[in-house]
Amino acid sequence: MLFSKKILSKTPKIRLSNLYKSFGRKHVLQGVNLDIYPGESLVIIGGSGTGKSVTLKCILGLMEPDAGEIEIDGQKVTHLSEKAREKVNAKMGMLFQGAALFDSLTVWENVAFGPMQTQRITKKDAKKLAIEKLALVGLTKDVADIYPASLSGGMKKRVGLARAIAGNPDIIFFDEPTTGLDPIMSDVINDLIITTTKKLGATALTITHDMTSARKIADRIAMLYNGKIIWIGSVKELDKTKDPYVRQFVAGSANGPILTQAKVEK
Amino acid sequence: MKFIDLLGRFVFNFLLATGRFGLFTAQTIRYMFTPPFYYKQLLTQLIEIGFYSLPVVALTTLFAGMVIALQTYTGFSQFSSEGPVSLVVLISVTRELAPVMAGLMVAGRIGASMAAELGTMRVTEQIDALSTLSTNPIKYLIVPRVLAGILMLPVLVLIGDIIGICGGYLIGIYKLEFNATTYLVNTWTYLKTMDIVSGLTKAAVFGFIITILGCYNGYNSKGGAQGVGAATTNAVVSASILILIFNYILTELFFNA
Repeated sequence: MLFSKKILSKTPKIRLSNLYKSFGRKHVLQGVNLDIYPGESLVIIGGSGTGKSVTLKCILGLMEPDAGEIEIDGQKVTHLSEKAREKVNAKMGMLFQGAALFDSLTVWENVAFGPMQTQRITKKDAKKLAIEKLALVGLTKDVADIYPASLSGGMKKRVGLARAIAGNPDIIFFDEPTTGLDPIMSDVINDLIITTTKKLGATALTITHDMTSARKIADRIAMLYNGKIIWIGSVKELDKTKDPYVRQFVAGSANGPILTQAKVEK
Repeated sequence: MKFIDLLGRFVFNFLLATGRFGLFTAQTIRYMFTPPFYYKQLLTQLIEIGFYSLPVVALTTLFAGMVIALQTYTGFSQFSSEGPVSLVVLISVTRELAPVMAGLMVAGRIGASMAAELGTMRVTEQIDALSTLSTNPIKYLIVPRVLAGILMLPVLVLIGDIIGICGGYLIGIYKLEFNATTYLVNTWTYLKTMDIVSGLTKAAVFGFIITILGCYNGYNSKGGAQGVGAATTNAVVSASILILIFNYILTELFFNA
């Protein structure tokens, strides 16, 4: 509780107010309200299909919400012009679930892609920058000239992380950062997420359903269920909460108020 | 009632798809004239479309020219000579065969590969990744491809024209035993700028059709491997049909208006 009091005074880095998004008759987001404060690491947990990815895509500008507002540093970012959007995006970095590396480019070209687009830097400087960033995620310059197709899942995630931090972003997003990795590699990635965001002093927003990962990287955890944030609090508060939905999700139990039946689309 | 419901939904979906495609096309054309321009991407596409399609286009136009010479000879058997054969080869190759053959071959080769590549990029979130790296995916991925299509198809067709006429010449001289000099002189006198220009204009239009459909289908593909497969099929089939339709319309405009 102490923590939440301390940060309440600042303006939020990201503010979501009353966010709605539907696909046909499927109402994915039904009024999401969430404040993320500068420098904190917030993790959104929730089952598959609860709207975690859609929330993230709305913040990134890959989707427009049907209603509601998104503010970044106090600036409204819904319905922006392309130029203004690109400026906002320059503040952000994103690690995609499958890393989403460009397979027509080498590892270093992937990492330096953002800086090469936004700043006028020479190829030599770009490569140097890429190798620096690769070192931050524990990769040597041997991988710089190979293509992403020949990397393992864990290596791809590392390169993806290097690319996400290459533009020195204020905000970094992580989409299921540990999905598809073995427990040890998951822990390595979790550690890297913590160290790299700390080093940049960035705000981090992660969506995941991996509780081990959430506990490790989160300052605060928010739970998304039925298109709304139903609970938010610190990791300590998570273990004490009596909220039946959160308890069921954290325990990973099939019995509880959360419907386990897969919803069939009509 | 159910019928009306279905009909309404069909019309609605059709209009929705047309509108989306129209917007996509308009955006692509607008971005062709607004910086930043990605020259390296354009060069890669020029080589991919122009250079690597040469063998297929050369082979198809060669055989098309050859078969036209042979058929004209049989069809005009009463008064067959260098004259009609060389004229028919010239007109049919430059006006119709080279553009249509090249268009269809490139639709199969390039349209399909663009749809598959962009579709895979969409499914693996690479297109989203471009946006997050402050790069407009339409400018970076689509504009170079469409521009390369518009620029390279006429070049391919021009080469196809020459090879197709050579094919006709080979059959005329070695199989039908025409006089080589007369055949060449005839070809040269019958040659009109309009024949070549109309063929090249068609080629540019086909280049646009192939690339915009390949890009549109790939860019908007959904649902994993199956979606990418469907996008590829749609790209090739729709481009092939549109090529044949526009070929007719353009012929009508050029020679009948």
